[in-house]
Amino acid sequence: MANKIVVDPITRIEGHLRIEAKVENGKIVDAWSSSTMFRGIEKILQGRDPRDAWFYTQRFCGVCTTVHSIASIRAVENALGIKVPYNAEMLRNIIMGIQNVQDHVIHFYHLHALDWVDIVSALKADPRKTAALQQSVSDWKYSSADYFKSVQDKIGAFANTGRLGPFSNGYWGHPAMKLPPEVNLMGVAHYLEALNLQKEIIKIHAILGSKNPHPQTFLVGGMAIPVDPNSQNALNAAKIAEINKYIQMADEFVKKVYVPDVLAVAPYYLDWTKYGAGHLNYLAYGEFPETQSGYPDGLWIPGGIVKDGDLKNVIDVDHNKITEYVTHSWYDYTGGDATAKHPYDGEQNANYTGPKPPYDYLNTDEKYSWVKAPRYDDAPMEVGPLARMVVGYARGHKEITGAIEYTLSELNAGAEILFSTLGRTAARALESLITVDRMPKWMDMLVNNIKTGDYEIHNPEKWDPESWPTNARGYGFHEAPRGALGHWVVIENKNIKNYQAVVPTTWNASPRDANEQRGQYEQSLIGTPLADPERPLEILRTIHSFDPCLACAVHIYDGKGDLKSKVKVL
Amino acid sequence: MNMAEKMKYLGVSRRDFLKYCTALSGTLALSPAFGPKIAEAIESDNRPPVIWLEFQDCAGDTESLLRASAPTAAQLILDYLSLDYHETIMAAAGHQAEAAKESTFEKYKGKYICIVEGSIPTGADGAYCTVGGRSAVDILKEIGGNAAFVIAVGTCATFGGLPAAYPNPTGAKSVQELLPGKTVINLPGCPMNVDNLNGTIVHYLLFGAPPAMDKFLRPKFAYGKRIHDNCERRAHFDAGQYVEAWGDYGHKQGWCLYKMGCKGPETFHNCPTIRWNEGLSWPVQAGHGCAGCSEPGFWDTMTPLYKRLPNVPGFGVEATATKIGAAVVGISAVVFGMHGIVSIIRNRGLVKKVESSEFEDDDK
Repeated sequence: MANKIVVDPITRIEGHLRIEAKVENGKIVDAWSSSTMFRGIEKILQGRDPRDAWFYTQRFCGVCTTVHSIASIRAVENALGIKVPYNAEMLRNIIMGIQNVQDHVIHFYHLHALDWVDIVSALKADPRKTAALQQSVSDWKYSSADYFKSVQDKIGAFANTGRLGPFSNGYWGHPAMKLPPEVNLMGVAHYLEALNLQKEIIKIHAILGSKNPHPQTFLVGGMAIPVDPNSQNALNAAKIAEINKYIQMADEFVKKVYVPDVLAVAPYYLDWTKYGAGHLNYLAYGEFPETQSGYPDGLWIPGGIVKDGDLKNVIDVDHNKITEYVTHSWYDYTGGDATAKHPYDGEQNANYTGPKPPYDYLNTDEKYSWVKAPRYDDAPMEVGPLARMVVGYARGHKEITGAIEYTLSELNAGAEILFSTLGRTAARALESLITVDRMPKWMDMLVNNIKTGDYEIHNPEKWDPESWPTNARGYGFHEAPRGALGHWVVIENKNIKNYQAVVPTTWNASPRDANEQRGQYEQSLIGTPLADPERPLEILRTIHSFDPCLACAVHIYDGKGDLKSKVKVL
Repeated sequence: MNMAEKMKYLGVSRRDFLKYCTALSGTLALSPAFGPKIAEAIESDNRPPVIWLEFQDCAGDTESLLRASAPTAAQLILDYLSLDYHETIMAAAGHQAEAAKESTFEKYKGKYICIVEGSIPTGADGAYCTVGGRSAVDILKEIGGNAAFVIAVGTCATFGGLPAAYPNPTGAKSVQELLPGKTVINLPGCPMNVDNLNGTIVHYLLFGAPPAMDKFLRPKFAYGKRIHDNCERRAHFDAGQYVEAWGDYGHKQGWCLYKMGCKGPETFHNCPTIRWNEGLSWPVQAGHGCAGCSEPGFWDTMTPLYKRLPNVPGFGVEATATKIGAAVVGISAVVFGMHGIVSIIRNRGLVKKVESSEFEDDDK
């Protein structure tokens, strides 16, 4: 007999996500992914200055707090035909690179780890054994028995207050928790260490962009941090040295803690290479321009599409094949809900038709989410670190292939284990690894360029709106921590006419489309066993492996009317 | 008040209390013998319980919380507060998460601190934001309404923020609009600077009461002065030295960003003094103007970002800056009073009409 369970709120994510799942004989047989929050930022953007758009869209998300800025300025630059100075491209690479690494660290330790690590079990660990384990996986500096004993005492005292705060009602003692107490203690120690580390390494954003979250430094045409080695008010040698210090800190933690942790935990959870695959379609736009000709040329991480898990064929991305459905989303399309629309031509009229809150279940046969359903050539896609690793591997990319083959040999497994919950989680760690390795190269490229006497950070040619054509449109892509991100902008009379973002979580968390194809979250849950449906830890494992970001995923745009006429009416 | 006194105050007997502790040791998977030990620890445990609600947010304020340094996020979570509900951080999900919230709500009604991140949509019967099938408005009224006091973090929770910007598609509102009469402390900023949240919490723990606030319910220790008055580039403003283009000589030399659209003269916030990420930097220091993010309605009144303040008669005069600040604080007041038709403020003509008297009682 089927039994429908609801997990709402899905916690340890950004935003508001609800999963409804049908369970039969202890396994998930069907699932529905619903976003339950809507703001309408793209509608708010209409009529505004396109040079401001990055600042508005940055607030799609405060976690991946640079990514919409980057996609937005690239979209406007694409629309107006602006080439960005090389210094600015490298500064963007450094900002994006550390964003990805820091975001992945937070995701693994603070949003995902408690799906695998049992804090209460750590209280039973022998700290000497944990120390031996730590010393066997890397030469990380915090590895003594005394150190792990102090962490254990701290957690023990905390638990003894009986007030567990954010750890109360966790899945402690759940039958799906498999780690021995000693590994759990190592995980808890690293949870706390990572909590301190993430605020250090992201200081690169403060040095280059004033603050984090929401760095304030992006400009259409460049960046706002001046470069001048002979000024104390600009990027100079002292600041470069400080940035290098944080890159080294990130490098050490990723190599000595993060990647070894994933490899240490994975053997206990190898059954999770069998669950969570979903559709085997992967999409990446590519990222990190490295040549003088600038974005979108010379990208270090390649773009492309792998379909049906076929690693022998990689398809080039054509943005014209991206469309969105609203068949099961709370919007109306003129022309009917069975149609799909390209972001330039799309329209969205919010129309909530779900149950009036408070409610117990959504009408999943009808519309059931604020997320739309993007499709590439009518196929659902997965985006994110796994997609980037899969596409890169299929293209034979040097660093990606090296990282994947090393991991597969450590785990003594074949490439098919990538297509899974655990594969997704491991891909994120591998991406962090190759990114911290690459960041010093961008620093070198920046320094070598400054050395030639080039201090340019902004291209002023099209800064003045008087220099713009009456009509322009463009798109900007970016590989965000959570995957392929695209912004499309239509400019008319110096103002934003239309704005549309198709973001990573929109791809992954999408509801069904007009052809009743499930979104990737939905598909990936099918076949997952639940040891205790009352405590659906396994659902969290697979959903968290995508690193959901729901505030990003929901947005609206309305093709009609502009801001000015509405102001007059008021 | 220690925990034993609190329990007595709440009418919980010693016996009930021990029973509760034994039950707790069960949920912790510890042996029941731990019961009395837990009771001992709880009695000396003065951490205030906190329920952190997220509505129409981007989690930027949560991320800001994670950047805390004095105390650190780990210390806040383990030593200073009992963060009983926080969707982004907590281990439990779904029913287990909601049960944690209910438990704190029942046990500490009127005693817990409620922190709210994100605006609250009132359109579509609350369907623009639901958690566990309940609308944000409902949850806020129950949890916020029964808190000891509410801290609204970030400009969305304090003033409606981005979702409430024109044309406010979801009918987004601020905490104080929905909880009239409740003690609300506003910590605006996009995001809020965690040093100001820490300052507010430490103030409460040290002095046992919320800090003094201005008319927008912002603590004076953090929002009592204009950015312009504490700006490290103020001397360049007074000397008439302005950045004219990104990357020009003045930009490299750290001159005033006023002509590049800086909203520092309009904005009350302590960015120039405490700065961000452990005092490392802030927008003007890094070469980009202030966006005015701690002011009500800034998404409509302070944009376009790169447009300089309107109708300024000349530069480089001390009196001018004060006048600018006065006029715009006045606008903020108007925006706040007229919430819902905030978009009208996009008509720059209004700037001129605002009286400077609004500003006077604020600066004392």
